[in-house]
Amino acid sequence: MTTSPSPAIHVRGLQKAYQELPVLRGVDLDVARGSIFALLGSNGAGKTTLVRILSTLLRADAGTATVEGFDVATQSASVRESISLTGQFAAVDEILTGRENLVLVARLRHLADPGRIADDLLARFSLTDAGGRRVATYSGGMRRRLDIAMSLIGDPPVIFLDEPTTGLDPQARIEVWNAVRELAANGTTVLLTTQYLDEAEELADRIAILHEGVIIADGTLAELKQLLPPTKVEYVEKQPSLEDIFLAIVGHDRSADTAAAGTEN
Amino acid sequence: MNTRFFADTLVLVNRSLRHILRSPDTIITTAITPIAMMLLFVYVFGGALDTGSDSYVNYLLPGILLITVASGISYTAYRLFMDMKGGIFERFQSMPIARSSVLWGHVLTSVVANLISLAIVVLVALAMGFRTGAGVLSWVAVGGILVLFTLALTWLAVIPGLTAKSVDGVSGFSYPLIFLPFISSAFVPTEGMPGPVRAFAENQPVTSIVNTIRDLFAEQTIGNDLWIALGWCVGILVVAFALAMSTYRRKIS
Repeated sequence: MTTSPSPAIHVRGLQKAYQELPVLRGVDLDVARGSIFALLGSNGAGKTTLVRILSTLLRADAGTATVEGFDVATQSASVRESISLTGQFAAVDEILTGRENLVLVARLRHLADPGRIADDLLARFSLTDAGGRRVATYSGGMRRRLDIAMSLIGDPPVIFLDEPTTGLDPQARIEVWNAVRELAANGTTVLLTTQYLDEAEELADRIAILHEGVIIADGTLAELKQLLPPTKVEYVEKQPSLEDIFLAIVGHDRSADTAAAGTEN
Repeated sequence: MNTRFFADTLVLVNRSLRHILRSPDTIITTAITPIAMMLLFVYVFGGALDTGSDSYVNYLLPGILLITVASGISYTAYRLFMDMKGGIFERFQSMPIARSSVLWGHVLTSVVANLISLAIVVLVALAMGFRTGAGVLSWVAVGGILVLFTLALTWLAVIPGLTAKSVDGVSGFSYPLIFLPFISSAFVPTEGMPGPVRAFAENQPVTSIVNTIRDLFAEQTIGNDLWIALGWCVGILVVAFALAMSTYRRKIS
């Protein structure tokens, strides 16, 4: 995919420190419209801080950031109209039912017919049967799916997913991946942070590595691979991974998911 | 922006009222402590207390109502704290909604929940022999003072709700508020207290509010106490509101 003239997210020289501790030390970033962009980094690299600044929850100390052309510091209301944030911990209301959670967000986004929107999303995320149950009874994967469904209400052009699969079991993880792919297929720009390398490899059109507050690498998977020493040809017996075994035993069909990714070579 | 503020606040009030409906225990626990105190004081200590009033439950009820509010608002702080901790607060903040709606939703819910708890306490008091000849206007005045008092304490409760680090910290702040009526005219007249204690009791907010409500129920002329009570309520409300809002703004920027 080629980069469109104005990127959906544009970040230049972003800095943020907590007291004396610098967290972001001059971050530059461009995310093309309609792409999945993975921000990779270990714990404490500054991923969440960057997402919080881009979603107007936190102010940067220096530098500029725009989302859909709106400055996050001076046009924060317009930025909030264009984005949706799925934070690190599922931001769902445990006491309400799944459907009530969706209706709540649809009402707060001032949409017509919140009930229909809720039912559509429940169906899309295979939560119809659970829709009338309190979220407190949901599994981790269901909670995450509901969380992402809530983020889609109002079709915001940009979605931030902060470590969407941390703490999920392998099956729930694949469900979330499918949801993310579907989003991008519909033209939504997705910025996701992750500490799992395979997740970035599976999903992202472009990957940036954030390390100690700066972007140390930024490119497509193919470009990043070229940074390494040339490929060596080795013959290794292909063992099933533990994940393959687990999914085979619990009877989950992995082939459908990998076919959708289709980036293996 | 204004129409959005009211619409958003309404949606959020609806949300937290559902929380209360699904865990009615919060309203019952709020009412149980003051009811237990009322039983204890009327049936155990009451006989030994000389308040100069023929019915001790009539004398006691106003103070019990204030204790009900003081214990009720700790749930508001708790609910706000749970929102902050759970991440839904951040979801609301990253959405295009009127930002102060999130607080107002909790505050208005607090008023509704406390009014229900107060009604339960009054019903129990009636069963225990509380009687008043107060007319509609006096009841409205009592209701008005209690709503004002609830609003003032609720905005106070918003501060620990926003800043607390743990659940214990959230509920801890209300203990002094529950204790305050004991050093006032709520349980016994202040005349029998030693000098410094009496000076404190007579000049702290609870005494003037208790005296005003008591006079309204007893159909007596209300003196200066009303104005002092209103002054305290409005004063606490304004200061707590300003502090809560500035805490909130610091939290979300």
